[in-house]
Amino acid sequence: MIGYLPETVPLYPEMTVLDYLVFMADLRHVKQSKQRAKDVLKMVNMEDRQTGYIGNLSKGMRQRIGLAQALLHEPKVLILDEPTIGLDPSQIIEVRSLIQELGQERTILLSTHILSEAQQVCNRVLIINKGHIVAEDSPEHLQARLTGAQRVAIKVQGDSDELASVIAATPGVTLILPHPNGELEFETALGEDVRAQVAKSIISAGFDLLEFHTVNLSLEEIFLQLIREEDDSFLDSDSAVSSHKNRREGIKYA
Amino acid sequence: MRNIWTIARRELKLYFISPIAYIVILVTLFILGLIFYVNILAAYMQQYTPPTIQVVIGPLVTIFLFSVPALTMRTIAEETRSGTLELVMTSPVRDWELIIGKWLGAMIFYLVILATTWVFAIELNLIITPGIDQGLLISNYIGLILLTGFFISIGVFASSLFSNQIAAFFTGLGILLSFWLIGLPSQAMGTFGIDFLSYLDVGNHFYNSFYLGVIDLKDVVYYLTGIALFLFLGKAMIEIRRWR
Repeated sequence: MIGYLPETVPLYPEMTVLDYLVFMADLRHVKQSKQRAKDVLKMVNMEDRQTGYIGNLSKGMRQRIGLAQALLHEPKVLILDEPTIGLDPSQIIEVRSLIQELGQERTILLSTHILSEAQQVCNRVLIINKGHIVAEDSPEHLQARLTGAQRVAIKVQGDSDELASVIAATPGVTLILPHPNGELEFETALGEDVRAQVAKSIISAGFDLLEFHTVNLSLEEIFLQLIREEDDSFLDSDSAVSSHKNRREGIKYA
Repeated sequence: MRNIWTIARRELKLYFISPIAYIVILVTLFILGLIFYVNILAAYMQQYTPPTIQVVIGPLVTIFLFSVPALTMRTIAEETRSGTLELVMTSPVRDWELIIGKWLGAMIFYLVILATTWVFAIELNLIITPGIDQGLLISNYIGLILLTGFFISIGVFASSLFSNQIAAFFTGLGILLSFWLIGLPSQAMGTFGIDFLSYLDVGNHFYNSFYLGVIDLKDVVYYLTGIALFLFLGKAMIEIRRWR
C-alpha cells in the first residue's frame, strides 16, 4: 500500500494527536492501532505532544503529524507533495533529515519546486516540464551529463586576464570564464583532470594562489538548461537564464 | 462494518470534545422546560385534563427541525473543505460506509439528547395520578427516533453537496421544511395528487400515528425508506466526487 501526504496536510484540528493517528490507523485496519500510533509518533519525534490538540501545533509539527499519518500502515512507497512548503528554515532542515531517515527503509516519491532540496535528499531526480519528463537520473549524473565538463574556480592575488592566458596554455582546458579581482573559472572535459598542472603553472607564473576548488552546477542551472532546450521562447524572457547564458558564452578555447 | 463504527465513533467524540453537545442539550432542555412548566401550570390552575407527554414531544420535533441541519451541516462539508475527505477516501473505506458512519455518529448523539428529555416524562409521571400513559410514551419515542433518523439523513445528504457549511445548512433546512409543509398545498387544492403529497408529508406520519400512540408499519416503512433514500443520494454525491 501507499502512504500519501497531500500538499495541505489533512488534519482534524479539534482532535488530539494520538486520537487522530489512532483513527487513521483504524480506518486502514492497522492492528494494535494505539501502539502503532505511538510508534510512528516516536519516528517523527513527536511523542511528547500526543495529548495536545492538533489545532495548537505549529506548521512544522503538523507536517510531521502528516508524515506520521502516512507511515501508519507501513507503506513500501511514500508519496509526499511539497513536504517543506511554508516551513521555517529550522523546520525545513528537520523535515528533510526525517525524510532522508525514512527513505532508508522505503521508497519515497517527493514532489518539490525547491531544487536544492531534491539535490539534498533524492537519489534520483525526474524533471518534468509541461507534463513531460525531460530528464531522469541521479542528481550527480544529471550534473555531469549536462555540463559534460568539470569546472574549477580559482582566486589569485593579481589580474584575471593575465591568469587567463596562463591557464589557456594548459592543455585540456576547454573554457575559461574570467571574473574581476583575480577570480576565474575554467572547465575541462569530464575525466580529464588537469588541476595539478594548472596549479603548478599558476604558481610558476608568479601568482599567489588564494582559492582553488571544483564547482558543481546546481540543479537550478540544470533545470533551466533543460527547460531551455525544451522551450526557448519561455526562457529568453527569464533574466536568471540570460545571466547564466552570459557565463556560458565565456571565452572558448579549442 | 468496522469502518462504519470507526467513523461514527469519531463523529460522536467530536460533538463531546467541543462545546456543541453541551450547548445543544442545554438549550433543548431549557426550551422544553419552559414549555413544560407553562403547560403544567396552566393545567393545574384551570383544572384541565392532566397533560400528556405530548406537551414535550410536539415542541421537541420543532426544535429538531432546526437543530438537525445545524448539527449535521459540518459532517461532510467540513471534510471536503479541509481536504481530510481525500484522506478518508484513500483509505480502505467504502463510500456507503463513510455516509452511514457519519449518519450513525449524529444519530447516536441525538439518541443521547432524546434520552435526556426523559426527565420530563419521569417528572410528569410523578406529578399526575395515576401516572402517565406508558404506551403513548413509548410510541412517541419510537416515532421520534425514526423521525430524527430521517432528518439526519437529509442533513448528511445536504452536507455532501457542498464544501460550505452555511450552504449545507440552508439546503438541509430547505429540504426538511419542504417535507414538513408538502402536505399543506394538498389540503388547499383538494385535487389531483392529494394522496401522494400528503403521503410525502413527514409530519403526517408522526402526528397522525406515533404521536397518538399508534405504531403503524406504513409509517415505519416511510421513515426507513426516507433514511435509505437520502443516504443513498449522499453516497452518490461522494461517488461523483471520486470521478471528478
